[in-house]
Amino acid sequence: MPSLGADMEAGTVLEWHVAPGDTVSRGQVVMLVDTDKAEIETEIWENGVVDEILVPVGRRVPVGTPLLRLRAAGAAATAPAPAAAPPPRPAAPPPAPPPPRAAPPAAPVAAAGAAPPASPHARRLARERGIDLAAVPGSGPHGAVRGSDLERAAGAPPPATAAPAAPAERASPLGAERLATMRSAIANAMARSKREIPHFYLEHDLDVSAAAAWLAAANAARPVTERLLLGVLLLKATALALQRNPELNGHYVDGAFRAGAGIHVGVAIAVRGGGLLAPALLDADRKPLPQLMTELRDLVARARRARLRGAESNAATITVTSLGELGVDKVFGVIQPPQVALVGFGALRERPWAERGLLGVRPVVTATLAADHRVSDGLRGARLLTAIAEALARPEAL
Amino acid sequence: MSAPSDAELRRLLLAALGQVAPEADLAALRPGAVLRDELEIDSIDVLNLAIALHDATGLDIPERDYAELATLERGVAYLRRRLGG
Repeated sequence: MPSLGADMEAGTVLEWHVAPGDTVSRGQVVMLVDTDKAEIETEIWENGVVDEILVPVGRRVPVGTPLLRLRAAGAAATAPAPAAAPPPRPAAPPPAPPPPRAAPPAAPVAAAGAAPPASPHARRLARERGIDLAAVPGSGPHGAVRGSDLERAAGAPPPATAAPAAPAERASPLGAERLATMRSAIANAMARSKREIPHFYLEHDLDVSAAAAWLAAANAARPVTERLLLGVLLLKATALALQRNPELNGHYVDGAFRAGAGIHVGVAIAVRGGGLLAPALLDADRKPLPQLMTELRDLVARARRARLRGAESNAATITVTSLGELGVDKVFGVIQPPQVALVGFGALRERPWAERGLLGVRPVVTATLAADHRVSDGLRGARLLTAIAEALARPEAL
Repeated sequence: MSAPSDAELRRLLLAALGQVAPEADLAALRPGAVLRDELEIDSIDVLNLAIALHDATGLDIPERDYAELATLERGVAYLRRRLGG
């Protein structure tokens, strides 16, 4: 089970997209994993042939648990287990089949009208399959209904190894349980950040008149599907500024800074109802604006469904947060560990602007930086913010 | 092709909104409610909404007209005008 976020401790495989005998290649999505924050389409980072699935759908396992066994393509199926031996598998026999649904539940019954305790996965399965949760005996703690209970109750074979028909993307509304677990994951990460990271903060007003004028002209000539937003120019300018200031791009792990292998910009995306995700736009400094815009729109749409891919959920080497939409001028952010910096953008506003002895009115955005003082200091931070301003002054080069 | 009815336009707009805000309770949406506040949609969502409407109708909604999509009521009226009702 890979770590799909700094504070992820365990995960549940919701779907296997591969079965024994399938050939897989590096980067292929092989499973859907439920973390506490989102459902992640998770990739495999080796080539080979699936020998055995070690963890069935629905079982929650700690980060680090082997999930499947691979053999090299072409090797005999009976090849001995590779160096990484599979973990001892729990020998617990499957629980006895539950009584038929019609039978009154013998399990403790919650107060009339109240929903029975159930895992988020179970609630979603119940919604999808039209099963009444109250009629399903739960095998979890305090009689909580788990996904596996529903699989049995529905009499459906668990969609384990047989490659399931590609499921239509579930537009799973984010239930209260999902938001509660997401909130607690955010709480852990933010508390850890403020406990461990000595933050320092800088702010800088950016004159965005050149960028805004370039954007208006560019958009007038583009069909709706190719239109850009100022936000994507800000992201690209930040990514380019990081090329020259690598001390702010990377992770602080085991007492040392490790520069990021690429510039993967995490984008803070609000999830309605009070959640927050920050999936990454990979290699944002190297992508042209239209591609970044398309990827950003796709990322936002999928984050709203809490449905992301592994590479984007844990790859961010810095985070950008934009609160300008809500009309606030500045955001002093909390760094997302193990990252070492966070750049914030406030609202685009017309403000008085003095330059060369003249007072004028310009569109202005205030950029802020929260950075980890263990890794960088004010000089480096100041260079980053001024580099962002310079990049925005030449929008045609973005 | 005959002009679509308001009911059809409303369905079309709701379907596009459903793509943008999949978890929102659109059935409970009042016709005059301001979508930006009610559904907590931001500029990227508005752009995605314009693109979803473009995919559904072929209509290219310019940026200056985004304000016409502020509420269900106004959005339906706007689509009616643009689609030749």
